Amino acid sequence: MSTMTAPSTGLTFTKARGVRKIKNNVAAVLMTLSFVIALVPLVWLLYTVISKGAGVVVKSSWWTEDQSGIAADTPGGGAFHAIVGTAEQVALCAVISVPIALLVGIYLVEYGRGIFARVTTFMVDIMTGIPSIVAALFIYALFVTTLGGNRAGWLVSLALVILMVPVIVRTTEEMLRLVPNELREASYALGVPKWKTIVRVVIPTALSGLITGVVLGIARVAGETAPLLILVGYARTTNWNMFSNFQGALPLMIKDQFTNINTASSGTVTYHLDANGNRVAGAVANYAPDRLWGAALTLIIIVMGLNLVARLVGRRSNISS
Amino acid sequence: MTGRAPQPPSGESPLDPPRVGGESLDSQSGPNDIGPDVLHGTGPAVRSAAPVGSAQPAAISALPVPGAGAPAVGRGGKVRIGDRVFALLASGASAFIIVVVVLVGVFLVVKSVPSIADDKVNFLTSTEFDPGAMRFGIAALLWVTVIVSVIAMIIAVPIAVGIALFITHYAPKRLARPVAYIIDLLAAIPSIIYGIWGYSELAPHLEGVQRGLSHLPSVLFNNEHPNGTIFDGGVVLAVMILPIITAISRDVFERTPLANIEAALALGATRWEMIRMAVLPYGRAGVVSGAMLGLGRALGETIAVYFILSTVGGFSFSIFTGGSTFASKIALGSSEFNNPQSTGAYIAAGLVLFLLTFLVNSAARAVVNRRKDFV
Repeated sequence: MSTMTAPSTGLTFTKARGVRKIKNNVAAVLMTLSFVIALVPLVWLLYTVISKGAGVVVKSSWWTEDQSGIAADTPGGGAFHAIVGTAEQVALCAVISVPIALLVGIYLVEYGRGIFARVTTFMVDIMTGIPSIVAALFIYALFVTTLGGNRAGWLVSLALVILMVPVIVRTTEEMLRLVPNELREASYALGVPKWKTIVRVVIPTALSGLITGVVLGIARVAGETAPLLILVGYARTTNWNMFSNFQGALPLMIKDQFTNINTASSGTVTYHLDANGNRVAGAVANYAPDRLWGAALTLIIIVMGLNLVARLVGRRSNISS
Repeated sequence: MTGRAPQPPSGESPLDPPRVGGESLDSQSGPNDIGPDVLHGTGPAVRSAAPVGSAQPAAISALPVPGAGAPAVGRGGKVRIGDRVFALLASGASAFIIVVVVLVGVFLVVKSVPSIADDKVNFLTSTEFDPGAMRFGIAALLWVTVIVSVIAMIIAVPIAVGIALFITHYAPKRLARPVAYIIDLLAAIPSIIYGIWGYSELAPHLEGVQRGLSHLPSVLFNNEHPNGTIFDGGVVLAVMILPIITAISRDVFERTPLANIEAALALGATRWEMIRMAVLPYGRAGVVSGAMLGLGRALGETIAVYFILSTVGGFSFSIFTGGSTFASKIALGSSEFNNPQSTGAYIAAGLVLFLLTFLVNSAARAVVNRRKDFV
């Protein structure tokens, strides 16, 4: 049979020729090209942010001063108020989210069976898909319209909880499922109660993975802007109390500077004020772009730093996936 | 099969890990069943012999059961307080999640219905959106939201599939991990930074592309607005959803059975023919669900779109004009949340967005789940 269809060379192992070879090479080039295409925006974006933002970020005053009393045309000031706000809001969010999310993850893996577990999984799925602006609207509708509260930093934390919990639940679930059953069984065989088995055997085994999930969750919400727009106003002065008044945050600072650039460039102002408040002819000095990219770079440093931490912790895992 | 490591102790498999101390009585049984079981003693044999189905009716009617985990019974038949408390905490947290998600839906509906009732134009078909005058409809928002996401998909899906194939089948083993990590970095960048970058750097460079495309004879490509267009927004969104589609496609491509790949190669297929015959058919469902999840992300994206899209009056079908998506409209209106009625209009827009992303995500999940049945 095969000898009838085999080419006259007698060898069936011939290399692909002609159209087939061309197609194969074209495909290989396209695949590689698609990766290169994806690199373009990444490199371009990082280059833009670093080259435009590094100027202000390297100054120590950037990390220690806020923007109180500093307009777009006055130099100086820093992002301290925004860093404080972001840190507080994300910290409160993490304090609420982490225990809840870990418990839900534990429930789904160690306890969950039957319809209640299926409903929980379904709800976590829905939660994963809730857009940040919808989460913010919900918190607004609940705490501001219904309960009559004021817009403040802690409401942002509550909205972020809705975004953060499903991220941590998912990774917790995955990590706990990787813990070998033999460990649980050995513990049960020694008469250890279930809760102690979970707390002393299962969680320590999966700990690095759990920490990775938590840190990634924090990184995900640190750059969220939509809840900030709806639930808190931007304050240029450092506000340590997140439960009253407006508060700065890095994304809000970016947005504020963005507005400053646009109002300054679209206006017809052809003078600026000197130190004595006199009008002096000449274009307005505008420091908003520096601050815009500075705040962006600060945010990237924080988020990328957290990602790096997560990756390093994840590498020291006790269990291999 | 799925490449997942050891099976978890959850799931409805009858092969649950044997447990001592009467702990194997699991969530299938409601609280009502504790009594008789305690009387029967606590031997594992008794437990495993109990048919799972027997407790079903009581269990379902009693759900959600607080502490649906193992009713904790000690060796002497005593309840272990620790187990009780822990199970209660765990299921309490789950109940909390359920309550929150239900509340999100309920609040959006309750707060938006009065405003929709007072709407002076048709909520579903009007292209106006002026909550101050109580004239608001979602038609224009829906169009812009969908078209900007579709543009993002058209650009992102082929590239993401290409990258996933590059990582799984072309890149040298040593390079595959760093390449995957670089793509993940794209997902780590906050969306506001995509927004300012897209506005100030990318969009000006897209004007040429826009001029070129505007020669195409379709109302979609009418060149109406030079900058801040829906097209610009779509391109930036494409970059943002690229990592998620890549990650999921990569996952399924990696799981292509080696036998299929080797069979194709043994028949003399080139690498591309092997991918077309073995890898792509196997991974199609995964790619579809990854694309849908990316779509869900794109539909709900707020701040990047908010920065990039210019606001224009009037409505047209062109992609070379400004506009607002649901999310960016709500963000733009956040300073107008001063009375319940106009706020309700924005909440109504949020509700539609919630339903839209919910539908898309459910569809994605349905595709994945159908896949699970025969993997």
